[in-house]
Amino acid sequence: MITLLLLFVPLVASLACLLFDKAKVKVFALGTSLINLGVMIYAFTLFKSDMSYQFIVDYWWVKDLGISFKLGLDGISILLVALTNFLIPLIILSSFRIDYKNANAFYSLILFMQFALIGVFAALDGFLFYIFWELALIPIYFICLFWGGEDRVRITLKFFIYTLAGSLLMLIGLIYIYLQTPGVHSFDINILYSTALSSADQSWLFWCFFIAFAIKIPIFPLHSWQADTYTDSPTQGTMLLSGIMLKMGLYGLIRWMIPFLPEGLAQWGNTAMILSIIGVVYASCMALVQKDFKRLIAYSSVAHVGLIAAGILSLTIQGMQGAMVQMLAHGVNVVGIFFIADIIFRRMKTRNLDELGGLANNTRVFTILYLIILLGSIALPLTNGFVGEFLLLNGVYQYDAWMATFAGLTVVLGAVYMLRSYQKVMLGEPHARSIEFTGLHLTEKIVLVVVAFAIIVGGLYPKPILQTAGPALEDLLAQVKDVY
Amino acid sequence: MNTLIIISLLGVAAMMADAFRFKKILLPLIVAGLIAALGFAVAAWNSNLSYYHEMVLFNNYALAFSSLLIVVTLLWMIISKNYFSSETNMAEHAALILFVLTGAIIMTAFSDLSMFFVGLEILSISLYVLAASNKSELRSNEAGMKYFLMGSFATGFLLFGIALIYGATATFNLAKIASVIEMSAAAGNTPMFVYAGVVLIMVGLLFKVSAAPFHFWAPDVYEGAPTVITAFMATVVKTAAFAAFYRLFSTCFHDLTGFWSHAMAVIAAITMLAGNILAVYQKSLKRMMAYSSIAHAGYMLMAIVAMNKISANAIFMYTAAYSVASMGIFALMQAMTDAGNESVDSLKGLSKNNKGVIVFLSALVFSMAGIPPMAGFFAKYYIFLGAIQSGYQWLTLVAILSSLVGVYYYFRVIFVSLQDNTDGLGHTLNRGQWTLIILSAFISLLIGVIPSLLLTLSL
Repeated sequence: MITLLLLFVPLVASLACLLFDKAKVKVFALGTSLINLGVMIYAFTLFKSDMSYQFIVDYWWVKDLGISFKLGLDGISILLVALTNFLIPLIILSSFRIDYKNANAFYSLILFMQFALIGVFAALDGFLFYIFWELALIPIYFICLFWGGEDRVRITLKFFIYTLAGSLLMLIGLIYIYLQTPGVHSFDINILYSTALSSADQSWLFWCFFIAFAIKIPIFPLHSWQADTYTDSPTQGTMLLSGIMLKMGLYGLIRWMIPFLPEGLAQWGNTAMILSIIGVVYASCMALVQKDFKRLIAYSSVAHVGLIAAGILSLTIQGMQGAMVQMLAHGVNVVGIFFIADIIFRRMKTRNLDELGGLANNTRVFTILYLIILLGSIALPLTNGFVGEFLLLNGVYQYDAWMATFAGLTVVLGAVYMLRSYQKVMLGEPHARSIEFTGLHLTEKIVLVVVAFAIIVGGLYPKPILQTAGPALEDLLAQVKDVY
Repeated sequence: MNTLIIISLLGVAAMMADAFRFKKILLPLIVAGLIAALGFAVAAWNSNLSYYHEMVLFNNYALAFSSLLIVVTLLWMIISKNYFSSETNMAEHAALILFVLTGAIIMTAFSDLSMFFVGLEILSISLYVLAASNKSELRSNEAGMKYFLMGSFATGFLLFGIALIYGATATFNLAKIASVIEMSAAAGNTPMFVYAGVVLIMVGLLFKVSAAPFHFWAPDVYEGAPTVITAFMATVVKTAAFAAFYRLFSTCFHDLTGFWSHAMAVIAAITMLAGNILAVYQKSLKRMMAYSSIAHAGYMLMAIVAMNKISANAIFMYTAAYSVASMGIFALMQAMTDAGNESVDSLKGLSKNNKGVIVFLSALVFSMAGIPPMAGFFAKYYIFLGAIQSGYQWLTLVAILSSLVGVYYYFRVIFVSLQDNTDGLGHTLNRGQWTLIILSAFISLLIGVIPSLLLTLSL
């Protein structure tokens, strides 16, 4: 029941947004997203941290084809649903100072996105998962298309075709596994898990799934849509993409690939690891030389998620735990840092790092909050980023020491490019325009304070996250290791 | 059977409308008649009756497709009012349309090769005339002429094929042909005539469904014919052609699958790719839709190639989803024809002139491109499912690639519609066109969300 509530409150709210009064639609959207956050907190109090799926909802959708409407949450998915419900109010709040034209459609699409994302994380039926996976693409596509920057038509189309290509490959994979299920075919996740697949099948199926997820994450060399799309989307779209949507790919790896294809992973896991690590180093280097602030963050995001993917593929409990922590941490941090970029852009009308400088003189609160969020991204101890990266590197080290060495570069390089951007923006000689930089408005302050608070709490006390995800992850690894 | 009788009688009545002066009530009469025919088709469900010494067999397959054809025709009537209001030829136009429908229904229900041929010819000959029905327009005449010449040529192939099959099996009855072929295949002495016949029939049918490399007539005919007739050809006629194609090959030539399926698979792949890639370069929306309809024919061929127990349902699902979505886009097309500019670029300002249309248009385009939750996705899913089940992974991969190309040009319709028109003009939709766009978007969504509506047919 609670799952249905979590899923459908955003959908109903999304439709209601279209009918709502234009002036109040922001408040309405924020209100409904807070309601969903409330439901989420309630769900957490009921949740028992064991490895089972809870709050299961199971109806037939297309009975003849074994497609069911089956939702449920375990320790892995509940954290991501929580992340979604935590970030959406922040994303909506972050838009309060902006007057988008057709605001009704804008907020309606954001809430629809929330509906689709929660569906992706909660689905326990392969077909349903696929439907939500594709549904999540539609609102973000329109958000970028309607409210994006100059070159949006070309970029959104590239983004759409890129991700659709991956999705359709995954569809082939899903259909193939579905056809191997014994008896009356079914898309139920437990039946799919228990289906025996030959080693040769797993080998090619691995690429069907991996490419789909690698495009979404994105993993080198399938990342080329990402920087453009992030840069050209409206800030809220970028937040949705980087904060939540790319977690779909990582979640897909954990739930919809590794348990199906242990042997495929044994054959190709190493290659996938190497690609992820290359992505980490490559994206860090790209971030070093960016002039556009938003682009810099986009590349830093590629580096972070590359490391998360490597942690997941290492198939160690530390790597998996680290991935869970870091998924949440990255989601929060990246939303914060994109918002900072947006605040600066709206006041200074430029994102070029060379044209910024000396903002620290004008506003102290902003300086401090920016610093905290920055330190979270760099993964300084006592911030949420540190816990995640430490565990991830630990996991990768157990897999291969050399890979960990290269992946470890991300910590160093991350510090370099993030601190460089801070230095260019905040310190040094004030640029001519910097004098006009005004203080933060209330809504902006709230968003940044909440993010900063989450960063510090996550760094000091990550135990709840580890405890929630732990049993489910261990169970998953045990399943995979059985086959090895 | 009653369905067929009612529709052919309606056609005859329509011809009399001029002489007996009841032209004013002709349209309501036709609509009422079609609804009655639909009712009879639904009522006959599960009856499985055979008529005229087993010339036609109204099994569930035939009834499902007949109902679909009638429903799509009814949808089509919403935008074709103008076509019937030009005082002089109204009765003839109506009669010809009803004859096309008669032929189409025979093509879904035949159980005898001669009946199949009769149905096909009733459909085709009426259609040749309709394609040229805009007499004052040179392109329309050209379309009719081209269609007639090419169509007759294909019919020749088909007829020759039928003759050869008759020569080898000494019967026109589908079931008997199937048993003769099965016996000879078991004995290992299938006559060469049968193979030649299958190839010739296949060529004839591939021409009718505009599969590459027999597709060259389609863009010119689609572009030249009056827009409403193009809409009719792309939906009703295509559905009927595929219904007949599958019916013939699944009953008669099922045992020869190994012989024709590989060639057909290659043709399906070429058709999908050619249709979608050539559509990218089209400036006129009408031509683009013509190439897109070629590409869709490729997807539907996949179901025939797969030839397993879900193929019939897959074709039904696909034709339904495709016809409904196309109908909506042809409503827009009709508005463009009325304004005298059919280029994609002239769509600029559409979204501004018609508030809210972009929502429905996007829904239709998504359905055409096969993106959930629209009907087009589920149809495509079903086709892929069948193909993978029969081991055609490579064909599915080609289908996916060509779908991506499809997204590219379909989405251009959305992009352009969203742009502002510099000269302040742009198309406006009238009430009928609005209705059809909303209705078809809604049906597409409904089928996509509750696919069981069409799947429980278990054909």
